Amino acid sequence: MDLLLTHFWELTITGLAIGAVYSLVALGYTLVYGVLRLINFAHSEVFMWGSFAAVWVLMAAGAGKASGLGLAGYLILGLVAAMAVSAIVALLLEFVAYRPLRKRNSPPLIALISAIGASFTLSELMGLRDKPLKWFNASGLQDYLGRPRENLPFPLQVETKRLFYVFNYHVSNIDVIVLVSAIVMMVILDQFIKRSRLGRGIRAVAQDPEAAALMGVNRDRVIRLTFLIGGLMAGAAAMMYLLKIGVTRYNAGFILGVKAFTAAVLGGIGNLRGALLGGFILGVAENYGSALFGSNWKDVVAFVLLVVILLFRPTGLLGESLGKARA
Amino acid sequence: MSTVSTTLHRVGDRFRSLPRPAKLALAVLAVLLVYLLPIINPPLITTTDSDFGAVLFSCAMYALVAIGLNIVIGYAGLLDLGYIGFFAVGAFTVGVLGSQHGKLPLLLCIPAAMAVTMVSGVLLGAPTLRVRGDYLAIVTLGFGEIIRLVLVNTNWLGASRGISNIPSPPSIDLFGVPHLVWNGAVASIDLGNETRFLQFSVTDSIPFYWLTLTIVLVVLFLDWLMQNSRVGRAWEATREDEDAAELMGVPTFRFKLLAFATGAAIGGLSGALFATKQAFINPDNFTIIYSVLFVAMVVVGGQGNRWGVVLAAALLTWAPEKFRFLSDARFLLFGMALMALAIFRPQGLLPPRRTVRAKQADEETEVLEEGVAHA
Amino acid sequence: MRSVFKIGAPLVAAALALSACGGTTNDAGSSGGGKACDLKIGFFGALTGDAANLGINIKNGAELAVSQYNEKNADCKVTLTSFDSQGDPAIAPGLAQKAVADKKLVGIVGPAFSGESKAADPIFDKAGLNIISASATNPALSENGWKTFHRILGNDATQGPAAAKYIKEILKAPKAYVVDDSSEYGKGLADIVRKDLGSMVAGSDAIQQKQTDFSGTVTKVTASKAPAIFFGGYYAEAALLVKQLRAAGYNGTFVAADGVKDDGFIKAAGSASEGAIVTCPCLPPDKAPEFATAYKKAYSSDPATYSAEAYDAANVFLAAIKAGKTSSADMTSFIGSYSQQGVTKNVKFDAKGEPAEVSVWAYKVKGGKIVPDQEIK
Repeated sequence: MDLLLTHFWELTITGLAIGAVYSLVALGYTLVYGVLRLINFAHSEVFMWGSFAAVWVLMAAGAGKASGLGLAGYLILGLVAAMAVSAIVALLLEFVAYRPLRKRNSPPLIALISAIGASFTLSELMGLRDKPLKWFNASGLQDYLGRPRENLPFPLQVETKRLFYVFNYHVSNIDVIVLVSAIVMMVILDQFIKRSRLGRGIRAVAQDPEAAALMGVNRDRVIRLTFLIGGLMAGAAAMMYLLKIGVTRYNAGFILGVKAFTAAVLGGIGNLRGALLGGFILGVAENYGSALFGSNWKDVVAFVLLVVILLFRPTGLLGESLGKARA
Repeated sequence: MSTVSTTLHRVGDRFRSLPRPAKLALAVLAVLLVYLLPIINPPLITTTDSDFGAVLFSCAMYALVAIGLNIVIGYAGLLDLGYIGFFAVGAFTVGVLGSQHGKLPLLLCIPAAMAVTMVSGVLLGAPTLRVRGDYLAIVTLGFGEIIRLVLVNTNWLGASRGISNIPSPPSIDLFGVPHLVWNGAVASIDLGNETRFLQFSVTDSIPFYWLTLTIVLVVLFLDWLMQNSRVGRAWEATREDEDAAELMGVPTFRFKLLAFATGAAIGGLSGALFATKQAFINPDNFTIIYSVLFVAMVVVGGQGNRWGVVLAAALLTWAPEKFRFLSDARFLLFGMALMALAIFRPQGLLPPRRTVRAKQADEETEVLEEGVAHA
Repeated sequence: MRSVFKIGAPLVAAALALSACGGTTNDAGSSGGGKACDLKIGFFGALTGDAANLGINIKNGAELAVSQYNEKNADCKVTLTSFDSQGDPAIAPGLAQKAVADKKLVGIVGPAFSGESKAADPIFDKAGLNIISASATNPALSENGWKTFHRILGNDATQGPAAAKYIKEILKAPKAYVVDDSSEYGKGLADIVRKDLGSMVAGSDAIQQKQTDFSGTVTKVTASKAPAIFFGGYYAEAALLVKQLRAAGYNGTFVAADGVKDDGFIKAAGSASEGAIVTCPCLPPDKAPEFATAYKKAYSSDPATYSAEAYDAANVFLAAIKAGKTSSADMTSFIGSYSQQGVTKNVKFDAKGEPAEVSVWAYKVKGGKIVPDQEIK
């Protein structure tokens, strides 16, 4: 209790930083849910693949200790790699695991099975990445592909710098990078959905797919677009995650995915701003929970919070509304 | 794959059209065969790297889980992603009453486990079943995790050490059943390797398999009674259109709660069986991934069809043990198989008859509507 | 009626075939006698899944011992079979039952973890199959009266006090923060350290395995200003914790136990691992250089956590096979009276199956390598 009071701002700000990662991943769940009414269970693996892309690219680029312009260059390189790979994986996922089902008008739960299958497949592929080493005798790739079930460290070392105070907490450069870029990303996305033609298409399909089709919106294109955006955001999240946590792993997506999905539901699934709010609340609540009850109880705090909020607001904090609130 | 299930359906049809005594005889024969599976050790089916009796026990136990979850998902249409929570509650009730904080005999522990899980089902269901559809999924998922984390972090429940020395069912040692061994297609009787009927011990899983199988059959019968009663019809109505059902005077909330509690009790029962067979439980046995697998069993089997989910549960439990030689790759293959199934067989292995019928009706309506539109 | 026959025919045929087989055969199970060759030693632990890395270390150690034995005894070879439990107590009993049914199998190196040990060891005990675990360190395991149970490394009750002693007497830290990972191993160990440190414990927290964000714990540790932190758990979480602690500016000494003595710790934590102290009830590798070189040659990597223990454990069984002590009771008494210098220690067991001589060493991360620091006496 004392700790919560004396270190309130530290707990809040570090919580917001991890919350930002939850939010960015949650966007992927929310967008797909809004358009397809589908829990994209494999979205967590989209995130995981992005994180590996960033690590590999930076390893290949020889990143190590960096600061100033060099650091910025590496950050952008990693970000681009992660976003690109995540987007590609997300599109592939849609193409292989969901589109065939949609074409056959399958019952909704079967999509969940396909998603679970895709999730297993994607994470196991990464967990078996050492197999090519044996086939091709590519020992030069040992650092990239070896010990596939282990943590793979993020090569870029960002020295922690304390920038300014928020009350009694000395905010670090990593907190700032993570928070600012997450918020910028989300503002851009929000404006895109709100103002652009493509964004209007997404909202139209979310509101009423059939009417949208009648109005000339290409539903398949809109769906691809939502997966693409979700993938890009997951890639960005992967980069932030690496900065904050420092390693990735073949199953890194699973728990994070559960958290992000929780965040999406907390804010109101299908609602972009809800995902943002849900992620931040979850991140902060976990930290407060750690301070109050011990870190081993923080997940319990997070889930209890979810259940309590859903009891009083059955559609999440901000309600579901990618198009607008549905009855 | 679709030919397989049409064949299965056709076999079912044939079976139904038989005269009563023949039906009975065949059913008894089939059941007997299933009971004797671990004794017979059929060459292509038996597992080489893991004890076949133990694998069959797991198959039967997960079949029971699937029957319970099928009531929740298949009949009442409630997506429960935290079913492992009930399984865990059942197992730990037996652990706590039978070993950790009491010395109750197992035969008292099992009904207690069912009662406790049923109550926990009502406690979870009463507030959350008002939440619709996919929200329920995440709430139940959270519940499953909360249960596991509480188990890990509570010393009174053994924390991560778990609970050992869980009591076994009472044994009555009557006679020994020698196993068969196969050499190619020739079977011979292995007198050096027999299962005592009915001696429950840690070294032989087969008596546990028989016990679990018996319970599965009893529960299947009760399940059949329930589905064909007013309750079953109310569940179906609620699943298909909750608002319409409510308007027709079905108290949907109460029926959903009933489905939830019944499912929970069956989950608790399977957890209890797991605990007594293992004699040792710890929270590692109850991770979120099992909840996901359970849902996969129900959907793969064809939600709503009790034989389908039993088949799928047995298959999904047996396959990873059978294909152990694939070692690391078997989870990858499992994932790809799930995807393939979803794409090529979206109704599950054995869709319930009603869905087949409903689908035909839908198609007919569509044809009719289109006909009208064209006219 | 026609349809009865159609369905019924295959079943009846099967039944007939079965009874015919049964009638013509007799006992094929007891194929006793002959020379006690092509015997087997089993490895029991995770080879796939999350905990596979540790299992592979152990299996490699045992495998090395077996292949060295086979080179010397080409006329009477021993094979190593693996029982991949995935570290899952739910899977372990089925494998254990399979293992005890194999009459050629005379000993098991494993089970690797304490959880699966609790599920599988009663089966081994009942069937009389001797086991030597190279890694299960829960103190309670030897208290069950299992006659066939042995382990080759000191349990948490020997390592915990040593770690506490190191913090008190060598680091001379006035207080220390204690964190565990809520696992059976980590919590058991940390509880012993907490008890031994007594009033020196500056604060206490627990994390969960597989968590990655430790900001709450980091805040607590830095706020306590304790000059040392003890972490009870495995290297995956240890690496993340130490990395995040250093990033937050904490510079106290990081002390952990043998679950962290792995290259993976240094790889994942990078420079943050520098100066970390790892205790281990095992001798430094330079006491037995030939093992390290042979291991490196066979697997093109340095011996990792528990490889050496597994090597020693397998050698105990191999010596028993060599001496012809392969029946269950012979094996048990052979192991009971065994006393040989091994790679990790002078291998000798007490009546409960615990190692009779345990020396705990402190290792230090220096220049990206885990090097021996000193023996904790």
